[in-house]
Amino acid sequence: MKPLFSKGPSTASRVFTLGGLALFLILVNTYTSLLDPVRARLATLVAPLYMVADAPARAVDEVSDSLRTRRDLEEENSALKAELLIHKRKLQQMATLAAENVRLRQLLNSAEVVQDRVLVAELIGISPDPLTHKVIVNKGASHGVYLGQPLLDAYGLMGQVVEVSEYTSQVLLITDASHALPVQVNRNGVRAVAEGTGDLYQLKLRYLSNTVDIRVGDLLVSSGLGQRFPVGYPVATVESVVHDPGQPFATVVARPKAQLNRSRHVLLVFSGDRAGDAVDAVELSVPEESEEPEESEGGSG
Amino acid sequence: MVPVKAHNRWVIACSYLLALLLMALPLSPPNGWLRPEFVAILVIYWLMVMPQQTSIIVIWVVGCLQDLLEGVALGQHAMALMVVAYVGLLSYQRMQNTTVWRQMFTVFVVLGLHQLVINWVHSLSGSAAPSLVFLLPAFVSALLWPVFYMLLERLRRYWRVA
Repeated sequence: MKPLFSKGPSTASRVFTLGGLALFLILVNTYTSLLDPVRARLATLVAPLYMVADAPARAVDEVSDSLRTRRDLEEENSALKAELLIHKRKLQQMATLAAENVRLRQLLNSAEVVQDRVLVAELIGISPDPLTHKVIVNKGASHGVYLGQPLLDAYGLMGQVVEVSEYTSQVLLITDASHALPVQVNRNGVRAVAEGTGDLYQLKLRYLSNTVDIRVGDLLVSSGLGQRFPVGYPVATVESVVHDPGQPFATVVARPKAQLNRSRHVLLVFSGDRAGDAVDAVELSVPEESEEPEESEGGSG
Repeated sequence: MVPVKAHNRWVIACSYLLALLLMALPLSPPNGWLRPEFVAILVIYWLMVMPQQTSIIVIWVVGCLQDLLEGVALGQHAMALMVVAYVGLLSYQRMQNTTVWRQMFTVFVVLGLHQLVINWVHSLSGSAAPSLVFLLPAFVSALLWPVFYMLLERLRRYWRVA
């Protein structure tokens, strides 16, 4: 039988010391970026946990893939072929439009649009904290991923890389309450800042005055003004516009285009001068030729 | 104090690892609030059954690992777990000598404090919960406490953790 209170005070003081240390870490972490490199280093430690946690889902995927009937596969195959045909038809026009776009840009003496390169990544985890909208993808520093790199899915912009560890990286989604990105209305080029709200289906446009021409259904694309996201990727569609005379600004709510809680296969974009990094670092990089023309078509339509 | 001979302490480490793994399992966003705070529950349990032998530093390190896992401010869970550990150290005798059903209330209050600290740190970066929804994990954990308690007691007895 051990005596009860022999170790009490020392344990309590240890609790207080470590609690204080934790508080110190929190403050340093929240208000400075001193700890970021350390975090990135340490994140490699916990990455295996995500891989293990993801293993069951992956196994189920594989099993269901291998258990599919020939009939199912044939149906899917024909559906995909039909889809491909539609996209190819669009692409035929893209080639001419792209060429035309380049010529017009040359006429205007403006900079040529750089072709972005992409790296296909897979989502292996989401942050368990409901207040943090972060996801973990299975590509890291060893694949050439860099801090601030944009992440897309098939439908639109998802977020940006905020932490790179060796084999995985952490991506902050555009709906996180601490995230904001510069956008413009595709219809008329009105610029705005789209801010995350902490709700996966909502972005808010800040500081848009009541007289600004913005309507429900407008497509918002990234404007590239923040120097972080490349120009012209779809971000969200405007869902509601409320003009309250009592408020100095209109309340504009938009819904992200990307399927933030559904997409498993995502694209990391190597844009601008970073495009070179992808080539030697990445085996899966494919040139995205349809990227820029797609926007010009969206602009005219 | 008669030193207790350490026996099968690795079970504790494994339990923390398993808890972190359970935290990492993906849940769709609205259901995220229904996930019990596995790590904090373990801290309460191990502090209750072996208060003198539980290492505070281990708890702190596990908290930091959880922060890295969740991608939140480093120290957030470490600090919340220190609060849990402190209350746990104050109340383990009461916890040991009461029924599981009453323990549920204590667990709710302690985890409520845990969630309060978490939410406070979130509020520093402007992402605090919009309502009292952040207490939901504490509630779920308290509801499931009898199950966890039973399982963990079995585990501890089976491996004779000391």
